[in-house]
Amino acid sequence: MAGDIILETRGLTKEFKGFVAVNKVDLKVRRGTIHALIGPNGAGKTTFFNLLTKFLPPTAGQILYDGEDITTEKPAQTARRGIIRSFQISAVFPHLTLLENVRIGLQRSMGNSFHFWKSEAVLGTLDAKAMALLESVDLGAFARTVTVELPYGRKRALEIATTLAMEPELMLLDEPTAGMGHEDVDRVKALIRKVSAGRTILMVEHNMSVVSGISDTITVLQRGAVLAEGPYAEVSKDPGVMEAYMGTAH
Amino acid sequence: MDNRTRVLYVALLVAGLAAPAVVYPIFLMKALCFALFASAFNLLVGFTGLLSFGHAMFLGTAGYICGHAVKVMGFPTEAGILAGVAVSALLGYLVGSLAIRRQGIYFAMITLAFSQMLYFIYLQAPFTGGEDGLQSIPRGKFLGLVNLEDDIAMYYFTFAIVLFGFWTIYRTVHSPFGQVLKAIRENEARALSLGYDVDKYKLLAFVLSAALSGLAGATKALVFKFETLTDVHWHMSGEVVLMTLLGGMGTILGPTVGAFIVVTLQNYLSALEGWVNVITGVIFIICVLAFRRGVVGEIAAFLKKA
Ligand SMILES: Nc1ncnc2c1ncn2[C@@H]1O[C@H](COP(=O)(O)OP(=O)(O)OP(=O)(O)O)[C@@H](O)[C@H]1O
Ligand SMILES: [Mg+2]
Repeated sequence: MAGDIILETRGLTKEFKGFVAVNKVDLKVRRGTIHALIGPNGAGKTTFFNLLTKFLPPTAGQILYDGEDITTEKPAQTARRGIIRSFQISAVFPHLTLLENVRIGLQRSMGNSFHFWKSEAVLGTLDAKAMALLESVDLGAFARTVTVELPYGRKRALEIATTLAMEPELMLLDEPTAGMGHEDVDRVKALIRKVSAGRTILMVEHNMSVVSGISDTITVLQRGAVLAEGPYAEVSKDPGVMEAYMGTAH
Repeated sequence: MDNRTRVLYVALLVAGLAAPAVVYPIFLMKALCFALFASAFNLLVGFTGLLSFGHAMFLGTAGYICGHAVKVMGFPTEAGILAGVAVSALLGYLVGSLAIRRQGIYFAMITLAFSQMLYFIYLQAPFTGGEDGLQSIPRGKFLGLVNLEDDIAMYYFTFAIVLFGFWTIYRTVHSPFGQVLKAIRENEARALSLGYDVDKYKLLAFVLSAALSGLAGATKALVFKFETLTDVHWHMSGEVVLMTLLGGMGTILGPTVGAFIVVTLQNYLSALEGWVNVITGVIFIICVLAFRRGVVGEIAAFLKKA
């Protein structure tokens, strides 16, 4: 079961009323690596993530996880396999505290999520673990803060802490540094590298310094199809990629 | 719960116990039943983020079932109430299963459609008494001992039931389940991506809300000793939205405050007949524009700042 390839797509395709957003994508993500998915705006990166996490049904093709076909699973089922995504726009629970946010990630495995007759005090047993996760992303000091009050960069860090609470095997990060200042970008970059230990990361990222710095493999998507694939040094010299990135490359 | 809140709850409890000495018990019981109904509704709209526009069906169904059970089938009072609650819960399960797959306005439309359908069924069905309603429902005896035909006894019986209903809602909101509901309300896609089958959580919230609305409806039928189509009419579904928004959606006490305001207005303005609706409508518009968080929501926000 624990083969080299954790995630594979075969001919994965998504059409929106005749418009092909994802076009016969064959992708293999190797276990334990950081794999970046890049491409111009509208290339189909987020749609591809939506297919992987079952937020959208594919028009054609297959998704295999650990060699098992999971194409027709429901989103929550896939999440429980350990494939946890983040979103392009920050995805926190704004009116819960940071601690409560992380606890939502931890709570499901406790098996009491339907218990409406119990006091929420029983969730207190998760606090220590939640605190440790918050510490790991430098947010320990804000545990009791209501999340809306946090600056954007910190919200993204919180999201990573919540995602980690699920002990994901495969983390899908959609533009984790989008809209951040330099300092935050560096912090999140270091954080991704840190949390990649023992797990696999597939991330969409526009910031080339992040992509070149931490990813093992890069797949370039253009108009829904794979344009190039390989390590940064190789991909960045690809003439097709250079053309596609004219003006947007750093 | 902080100390200030605890003191407030104790004060309200004492006020509730003493109230029938000062205020007409039937009026109090009516307000309490609506307070429970609005609180049950709020569990769904305020704490889960689902706006139902057909909640009258749960109020009315339980009223008819309870009334029919005690009057025609000779059920003891408690069993009649339980029967009403059970049928409303079941109805909640059926309607909920179909409605929660839809979002926002579509969800509201489906609940409205079901309640309209039930309205016409109840209009035709023989056991409801049609336009005349189900009359002279006996209140029976509590545990076969205390005669509930006495308004004061009935008041304390109602008070206990409504307190139980409130406690259930409070527990639910502050439970592990309630925590997940809040997460779903805040960011449904994220909750889904964390492995929660959000539809199942919404369905349980819907069933709980329907059952508690049924508890209010069954009790109300016994209080008034009759049940009519008014309770399943869409006006009633609108009224509960009004009470909840007026008092403060998503607050624990808001719907109760809203229910008392609306019932009081209806009581004092009843001489004005049709104008009651116009006046409550105007008050509603003013409140929505001026205090968006509702009466309780605004007070809470003010205290937080102070
Ligand atoms: N639900 C939808 N219905 C119709 N078209 C859609 C839908 N979702 C995405 N698209 C289209 O599919 C294409 C790919 O969109 P997608 O969001 O996947 O791009 P992206 O690579 O994530 O872009 P960005 O870098 O801007 O985030 C776009 O042209 C978009 O307009
Ligand atoms: Mg995108």
